[in-house]
Amino acid sequence: MSDVANRELELEVAGLIVDALNLEVSAAEIDPNEPLYGEGLGLDSIDILEIALVVSKRYGFQLRSDSEDNARIFASLANLTAHIAAHRTC
Amino acid sequence: MTSYPLIGHTGPTQPLAYFRGRVRSAAQFLADAAALAERLPDGDAVFNACQNRYLFAVALAACVLRDKVCLLPASRSADSVAQLREEAPELCCVSDQPDGEPTLPTLQIDDASLAPDGAAHWPPPAIPAQQRVARLFTSGSTGQPQGHDKHWGEFVPAMLAGAARLGLERLPGFVALGTVPPQHMYGLESTVLRPLLCGGVLVDASPFFPADIKAELARLPAPRVLVSTPFHLHTLLESGLSLPELALMTSATAPLASDLAGRLEARFGAPLLEIYGSTETGQLATRRSAETEQWECLSGVTLREDGPEGAIAEGGHLWQPQRLNDRVLLDGARRFSLLGRNADLVNVAGKRSSLSYLTQQLLAVPGVDDGVFFLPEEEGGAGKVARLAALVVAPTLEREALLAALRERIDAAFLPRPLKFVSRLPRNAIGKLPIDALRAALDGANDE
Repeated sequence: MSDVANRELELEVAGLIVDALNLEVSAAEIDPNEPLYGEGLGLDSIDILEIALVVSKRYGFQLRSDSEDNARIFASLANLTAHIAAHRTC
Repeated sequence: MTSYPLIGHTGPTQPLAYFRGRVRSAAQFLADAAALAERLPDGDAVFNACQNRYLFAVALAACVLRDKVCLLPASRSADSVAQLREEAPELCCVSDQPDGEPTLPTLQIDDASLAPDGAAHWPPPAIPAQQRVARLFTSGSTGQPQGHDKHWGEFVPAMLAGAARLGLERLPGFVALGTVPPQHMYGLESTVLRPLLCGGVLVDASPFFPADIKAELARLPAPRVLVSTPFHLHTLLESGLSLPELALMTSATAPLASDLAGRLEARFGAPLLEIYGSTETGQLATRRSAETEQWECLSGVTLREDGPEGAIAEGGHLWQPQRLNDRVLLDGARRFSLLGRNADLVNVAGKRSSLSYLTQQLLAVPGVDDGVFFLPEEEGGAGKVARLAALVVAPTLEREALLAALRERIDAAFLPRPLKFVSRLPRNAIGKLPIDALRAALDGANDE
């Protein structure tokens, strides 16, 4: 995926997260390399489930705990975006 | 002296758990518990920090066999553990995590700590009803953790009354899969004690994503009972996934709306029973949420009025009368409707605090001139986790700095979302903050 297409997808995913979680930032303000959990955006496991739900609806695949390293997937917006790019069905 | 057996299974070969995908029999579990009991250090209290549900159950049973109390803090933060230590200076920890508990002498356990394959102990030992077996902590309205003692003679009658209400006699060998951890009251009762004491099968897995729940259920035999929360059930429904046949779903930790309950029953083809309870009382009442908004107390439990919209529960498994944390409308002594939480108490994703405590923490941050925590909307029961909001007057503080300071003081679940900076709070003539004015200020234009 080109850098431009990647950044576009990143912004789209960030927008989904901001909407789903009612966050106080705009999509463009989320640093792609900042942690999503704890420090950084300060999300918790409830948020991660919400994100998993909107991801499954928008991109047509289900996240699983045992198939992939979730800590890595949710480590940053960039990682989550890469995971989505690799697994999306729509 | 009254006593009850350690487990409710009636034969040594009956399945008691699924552990790492394999059946563990009742006699094998007793052997596992006896093996660990021999290795427990001296001292009366043990922090059971095991994350795997089967190892947690073995550690709990081992403590019961040695007449030690399992301490179960509301969270694993350094503060909570320090508080446990103050209560019990000889405290040790049993953990299945590689890093253990750094501030406590820790007995590390893993699969190799269990009895060898084929080991069997039978029959189940009798445990005195008077024996104190667990102490669970709530955050209390001041934020200072409060301990609640649980005795064997409370747990067993509560589990039997609950099983009768849930119809588990008709589901012998029921397999209980939980999306909630075993350390808190609902998970402890419904995913550990109920299978152990009512002849069921506990499952060590704690599935997280909807696809995990589906995959885990597919590995288990019927009759399957899914122990969950409004939030997890809502997510499961919205995922669009189909599930293997369920015999029963249970929900607790927050109210579940009747239409969501109806959709869950229709989709998954099983009754959904909501359980009402608290750390102080354990489970007290149930309702078939798709059909009625009225709760019915478990056998033996009765309610009496205590001030306007207040009630005290007594009888049944309760050793002491207990005031409910919620506002209720009684319909006789055994049925009630929930009107809402006591105004100050909040529960976010099963974690409890109080608005006054959170507000105190906000006001204690240097640079905050005024501020308040409140609920931006009533809990709707639609399976969304209700987050808290805060208004703050802090002209010299950056948002990030304030959030960082709050994060050090309060659990992340309670961080305000949204947090709004205002020039003054909407106090009325007598200096109070009416909830409508707070909500209006949240919706109003930003006056930073």
